[in-house]
Parts: sequence; C-alpha cells; structure tokens
Amino acid sequence: MSSTSNTSTHHTSTIGAIGAPSRRNTELALLVFAVVIPVFAYANVGLAINDQVPSGLLGYGLGLGLLAAVGHIVVRKFAPYADPLMLPLATLLNGIGLVAIWRLDQSERLQARDTFVEAAPRQLMYSAMGLALFVAVLIFLKDHRVLQRYTYISMALSLFLLLLPLVPGLGANIYGAKIWISIPGIGTIQPGEFAKIVIAVFFAGYLMVKRDALALASRRFMGLYLPRGRDLGPIIVVWAMSILILVFETDLGTSLLFFGMFVVMLYVATERTSWIVFGLLMSAAGAVGVASFEPHVQQRVQAWLDPMGEYLKSKEGLIGHSEQSAEALWAFGSGGVLGTGLGQGNSDLIGFAANSDFILATFGEELGLAGVMAILLIYGLIVERGVRTALAARDPFGKLLAVGLSGAFALQVFVVAGGVMGLIPLTGMTLPFVAYGGSSVIANWALVGILLRISDTARRPAPSPAPNPDAEMTQVVRP
Amino acid sequence: MNKPLRRIAIFCGLLVMALLIRDNWLQYVMATDLQDDKNNRRVSIERYAQPRGDIIVDGKEITGSKKTSGSDYEYKRTYKDGPMWAPVTGYASQAFGATQLESIEDGILTGNDDRLFFRRTLDMITGKKPGGGNVVTTLSAAAQKAAFEGLGDKKGAVAAIDPSTGAILALASTPSYDPSTFAGNSTDTDTKAWTKLQKKNNPDDPMLNRALRETYPPGSTFKVVTAAAALEHDLYTDPDAKTDSPDPWTMPDTRTKLPNEGNIPCENATLRNALRYSCNTVFGKVGSDLGKDKMLETAEKFGFNSQQFVPVRSNASIFPTKMDKPQTALSSIGQFETAATPLQMAMVASAIANDGTLMEPYMVDQLTTPNLDTIEKHDSKKMGEPLSKENAQKLQSMMETVVKEGTGTQAQIPGVTVGGKTGTAQHGVDNSEKPYAWFLSYAKLDDGSSPVAVAVVVEDGSANRDDISGGGLAAPIAKDVMKAVIDSKK
Repeated sequence: MSSTSNTSTHHTSTIGAIGAPSRRNTELALLVFAVVIPVFAYANVGLAINDQVPSGLLGYGLGLGLLAAVGHIVVRKFAPYADPLMLPLATLLNGIGLVAIWRLDQSERLQARDTFVEAAPRQLMYSAMGLALFVAVLIFLKDHRVLQRYTYISMALSLFLLLLPLVPGLGANIYGAKIWISIPGIGTIQPGEFAKIVIAVFFAGYLMVKRDALALASRRFMGLYLPRGRDLGPIIVVWAMSILILVFETDLGTSLLFFGMFVVMLYVATERTSWIVFGLLMSAAGAVGVASFEPHVQQRVQAWLDPMGEYLKSKEGLIGHSEQSAEALWAFGSGGVLGTGLGQGNSDLIGFAANSDFILATFGEELGLAGVMAILLIYGLIVERGVRTALAARDPFGKLLAVGLSGAFALQVFVVAGGVMGLIPLTGMTLPFVAYGGSSVIANWALVGILLRISDTARRPAPSPAPNPDAEMTQVVRP
Repeated sequence: MNKPLRRIAIFCGLLVMALLIRDNWLQYVMATDLQDDKNNRRVSIERYAQPRGDIIVDGKEITGSKKTSGSDYEYKRTYKDGPMWAPVTGYASQAFGATQLESIEDGILTGNDDRLFFRRTLDMITGKKPGGGNVVTTLSAAAQKAAFEGLGDKKGAVAAIDPSTGAILALASTPSYDPSTFAGNSTDTDTKAWTKLQKKNNPDDPMLNRALRETYPPGSTFKVVTAAAALEHDLYTDPDAKTDSPDPWTMPDTRTKLPNEGNIPCENATLRNALRYSCNTVFGKVGSDLGKDKMLETAEKFGFNSQQFVPVRSNASIFPTKMDKPQTALSSIGQFETAATPLQMAMVASAIANDGTLMEPYMVDQLTTPNLDTIEKHDSKKMGEPLSKENAQKLQSMMETVVKEGTGTQAQIPGVTVGGKTGTAQHGVDNSEKPYAWFLSYAKLDDGSSPVAVAVVVEDGSANRDDISGGGLAAPIAKDVMKAVIDSKK
C-alpha cells in the first residue's frame, strides 16, 4: 500500500502498482550482526576458559554464516516480502545458544557426569536440520492457505504425536516427564514440539469455520456472552486433552501451552472476552485438580514455593527433591547486573539439564541482567513480529495461524523462562532456539518458516493488473 | 479480528514484561542475597580460588595453602604443627567451613575484605593474581610450645596473657586435632577424619577449644578473686592481720560445716596464710560476709558473666547471680555454680599482675595485605580496674607467698618473682569425677614489670585423685610457659 505523493502545488498524487520495499537488504544487514555477535561470544568463551581463541572458531563461524546465508537466499528467492526481523533474530538466538551449549561442554563439572556428551556439535547439526526444514517450508509451502485443507488431518496428526510418548516401548521416561520417544539409532524425539505447530493448523482451520457460530450464538449473562452448550464442545475437548497430557505425560508445560494457545486463538476468532474468562477458569480448575493428586506436579509446586528448602532436602539425599531450582536462582543472583562474563560463571552447578531447560541460567550468570533482558526482548520482538504478521494477514486462516504460533511461542518462552527464574513452577520445556534439543530447534525453525510465509503473503503487493492498452496513471484530484 | 489481535499483542508484551520484572528482581534486587547465600557453592568456590592468606606467629606462618587436584576448590589449607595451633587458628575446611580465627578474619584471609579493595583493584589492573591478606597474631611460639608440650597426653588447657597489654601469648588445648586432615573436601579422607573427631564419635572431644570455650569450676584459684573482693570492699585491709574465721566454720542458715582439705592452720588465719594454705573456711566466710552483691561486683569486674571476644569468642565464665548465703560461701571458694574458662582465670592473674588494671585480651595484633603492609593494628584497651593498685600489690605479695612457701612451690623460677594460686576443683555428683587441677600465676621481672600471666587447667590426670592438685600437675606447666616467655624476651 504505497503511494508516492507529490507535495507540489498541484493537488494531485499518483497511485501506481509499485511494489512494497522487500526489506531483504535490511535482513541481510541484520544477519551480519546475528552471525558476528555469536562468533565474538564464541571467541570470548574460549579466551575465558582456555586463554586462547577456540580452534573451532572458523568452522563455527562459517557454519553459522552458511546457515544464515542459505536462510537468507531462500527467503530472498521464495518469500521476498517476508518480515525482515524474524530470520536474523532466530539466527542470533540459535547462535548464542550454540555458544552457551559449547561453553557448558567445556565444564569439567559436567564432563564428570555419567551422561555427558558433547552437545554443541549435535546442536549445530540440529540447527542445520532445522534450517533445512525452514527452507523446505518456504520452498514447498507456496501459500499458507494450503494448510487449511488439512484441518482434520492435522488434528489426527497432532493427537498421534501427543500420544506417541505413551506407546509402550517407544516412550521414554526421562526424569519424571514422559514427553520423549526414543527411536533406536536416532535418539530421543520430543513429538510435542512438532505437535505444537500441527495443532495450531488444526485450531486455525477449525476456528475459521466455526467462528461465527461460536461468536454469535450466545446468551448474555452478567455482562458476559455465554456460549451455547454445544459450542462449548471443542474447548472442553481441548481442555480434557491438556489435562490428559498433564496426567499421563506429567508435562505441565505442554499442557499449558496447548490450552493457552487454544484460548488465544478462540478469543481472536470470536472476539468474545468470555472465552478468556472460561479459559482461565478451566485451566485453574484443571491445574488445581491435577495438582491435588499428581505427586510430580506437587513436587514442582513445592520446589517453586521453597527452592532453598528443596535444595537442602535434595542434599540430604531425599528422593523426589531437586536442587536445580535453587541452583538456577543462585546462578541468576551471582550474575548480578553485568554477569561474570562468558565462561567465567558456575552455572554448570545446576548439573542435569544445564544446557537445555536451564540454559537461561547460564546467560543469567555470565551475561547478567543486561544479557538476559536482551534475550527476553529478542523473544518479545519475535513474538510481536509474529502478531504483527497476524495483523497484516489478509485472510482469517492466516491471522489465526500466525497468532496461534506466536502466542504459543510467547507462552513457551514465558513458561520456561518464568520457571527457571522462579516466577512460576518449573516445567520441562526448552527455550526456543537457545536450549539444547533437536526437536525444539527443528520445530521452531519450521515455526519461523511458516510465520515468514504468512508475512510474505501478507505484505506481497497485489499482482499488477493486466496491461491495459489505455494504460495511464490514474490521476487523483484532491480538493 | 484485529482488535483481539492487538490485545493479544499487549498480552504477549505483558508476559515479556513479567519476565523482565522478575529478572530485575532476581539479578538486581535479590542479587546480593543470592550471591552470599550460605548454600550457594560459588561462595566457597571463590573462597578457595586463590591461596588463602596466612596466620602469622612470631613472624613465621603457621598456616599455608596447597593446590588441589580434581576438585572445584583450587587451594586447600595446610597447617604447620596443626594440633598445637588449632586452638588459635580454628580450621578452614572446604567441606566443613571455617571457625574461630579462620572464620572471623576470613575476609582478610581470602582477600575479599573491603579494606583490601584498593589492592584487589590494583591487582586486577596489573594482571596479578589476587591473594589473601595475613593475620599477625600476638602469640609466642615458645610459650605455645611449652604449653602444648607441658599438657602432653593430659586433657587440659593453657591460656597466657601479657598483663600490660592484654596480648594473648599462649592458647593451648589438649587433646587437640590437626585441621589439615580435613581441610579438603574429599569424602574418603577429609570426611572420615572429620567424623572421627566429632564429639559423638570421640568422647575426648578434641575439637573443643578448652582454653576459650570450656568452663571449669575454678576451685581454690577463685580464692584470689575473693581475696580481691575482701580488700576492695574493705572487709580486711591488711593481708597480715588476723581474720575472724572460726575453724570449723558452719555455713550461715545451715548446719553444714565447710571442710578444709587436710590438717591446715586456718583458724583466724591471716589472708596471706589463708591463701598460702588455701583455707576454705576463711574465704568461704569472706564471701559470706561480703554477701552476694559485693562478690558479684568484683567477679564481674574481672570479666565474669560476659563473653570475651579476642576476637574469637570465649564463653562467659559464670559467677552465679542468684544464690543464698551458703551458696555464696561455696561460690566464693570456686564451687557451687562458679565456672571459668582458662582465659578468664588468666585475665584474673593478669589484672593482679598489672597492678589492678585489666587489659582487654586480644590475639590479633595486625591485619596485613598480601605483601605485609599493615591494614589495621590493634591498640591495647583497658577493660577495667577490678582492684586498686595498692590492693593489687597486697594481693601480689600474698600470691608470691603461695609460690615461695605455699602450695605453689613447683612454679618457682630462679631469679624471677612468681605469684600464683593452686586449685583442685571437685566436680561430678558427690565429687565422684576426677578433680580438675588448676594453677594460675604471673611472673614479675626485677624492674617490676610483669611479662606474663598464665592459667593452666588439667582435667583428670591419669593418676589417682589424691595426686591431683594444682600444685603437682598444673604448676610445672605454668612455670614452663612463663619461663618460655621470659627467655624469649631476653
């Protein structure tokens, strides 16, 4: 929607089908920063720990640069009008995540653990796979509206993915949460990360069709529009599903994520505040209900209320207590405002999951308040660019999908960062792009791919009309 | 659909805002609390990241630091003559924390004290590895050695003070322990050594600092305090005048006779003779005649009933505040609930030797930077004047009689005037336990100055109870300590 306006004394302006700026060069410039910053950080870690520039610096820099370059070229070619911020931001997060994971690989304390594996090379591989999926999404998904066709297939697929960890022999119970499946020869996969995207497609497709019924057929009661009983069906089904996930997979995070995403999309689709009220009531009821009999959830709540007490109990060797919450808080506190500097903290004291669920604590200690605020703001930016994409999208399905994905992303960041910082009970989730974990990185790159596709569609100028023999610029005469 | 979208945008912004606020709370508001939390392992990691400063006696370090391997903690503490110096240093263990001097001066020793801030900053700029400052003590290596070796296998404690300044010269406690054995944090060696030393596994309780933290019934040595009270409150003014003391003496309000040990001339004995022979009847009656309040006043002036910080805390010695007349009489001869630390009794001797002026006891002379520049130097402080100069000199002459021709002859040093008092404190139900042998004394040089006052207590010497007396067991140790101090001054 551009216009070149002529501020001359003639009150005329010319409107033509001139393309919106694609902003690809902005993206390229930002990407340079997104690669250079992690490379410096990487060198910084090496200098701090071994007093020398790490030998892998070149390889790492080239690897990240290559990923960024491929991403950029593909976007330039296949989604030229896509949002210019999301790719650089995701690259930056992915890059500093790799640095933090590599930094924790250097920790002698973690190396002494039985389960230690060098995580950084794997994460680099996962990042490459994630970018491959990102590229695939942009190349093969020409128009996001195609996904609309697969609404109910998506539902089936997401249910399948969510239930996979419960399949005997396939599911892996790792430290109390049953959200992984283990495939021999490949490793463990967290299907929930992928289900997040698939289920957003289902919600978007479903709500687009049903939104009028859900929005209009309602009774007014005490200032709220109460939906009809039968329209309550879907929300109750999703709610029940979340509860089941919580009960059977003991995964508070995923459960909260799905339900939250659904409520957000329902609200956007129907513009009825009552859904929010219902959503909050139902999630509160569900959470309290499950917490009343599920020991795993109770432990998490206990650890949230009294992390230091849990720490002491854990040190005494009592089963079912974790010192991690307290260790994470100490890591944050010890970082202070400016942090100890990369490679100079002791966040590895957290031990298990230091480079995945708790990776934010490493940033907290080594980059301090300043670093963590920057990272949180980067997440905030990605989310707001996602919502911006939803605002700009021209079709309801695109709007719903974009807001669903961004909302889920925001909730995930909130749940995991809030959990690690002790704002809410801790749930086993990974910080998108930063935390170690193949499923998470790959799925989030796909998520960004879809958002870019929607934003490309939204910002793409309408195709120029067929050439008119009388073609002349339209003259608009202003009074 | 755009209106709810904008609201969702705000909602997401609020989520991020909540995280930012929480982060500020954690990393700004609560940062210091979390950093210094005692369970935060970083505290100890940082503590052991560099060699710890040393504790110095007579210009030589009695501690050291050793690089460790396979541990979070880079350096661990070592001790030279650990068991001998343990009551002075305390311990600094990676696994079990620090106590006493090691704990109190931890800031200086680790180099984290604010007074070392400038130096730390300088080191940071010049790229020098930061180090800890040193703690220079007032102790005398010779005196400590004499005390520790004198106690030998026996259970007991010695405290020696320079009466004119209050500087602590010796502080020994046996049985002792070697803090080096558990300075690290290995569960194999350090934890085992530690466990073995705990009171519940070791009835001798070697980690108890008997010189500062154990209170013993002072027995007859307390008669010195009672004598001081008699002089100060003008009950008797002349040590050589007869006192009004029947023998046997029945305690007021009772029909119980207070016995003397053995057949000694105590009836109406002069104060000098009463002290020389250690007459229970005379001093019991003095205490009873003075009454609880006057006795309490004098005892508290000597430091009873309050903790001392040298800077290591010493338990408060006790002179009971609530008692009836017979109890006052018993308390005045160091029985009933009266209890004193060896340090307290050394303070009593030092106040008398210093002509009535009690100096505040201390053991840290200087705190220094890693390269021995003084940060802080201790100035001697007057703590009080439990008795006048005149009375102090009277008491001195009485105590000197005790050593010259009384129960304390074993403390005599040729060419040196020694004043002292023995004590044999009974304890246990019906005195069933082996008594404590006490000796407190001071030495005086020809120029009238007194370089050392000392208190020795020996718990159950392995001999039978008749053999235990302050004169026999404790006095020789006191003599050796005083001699060591005098010799090292020459």
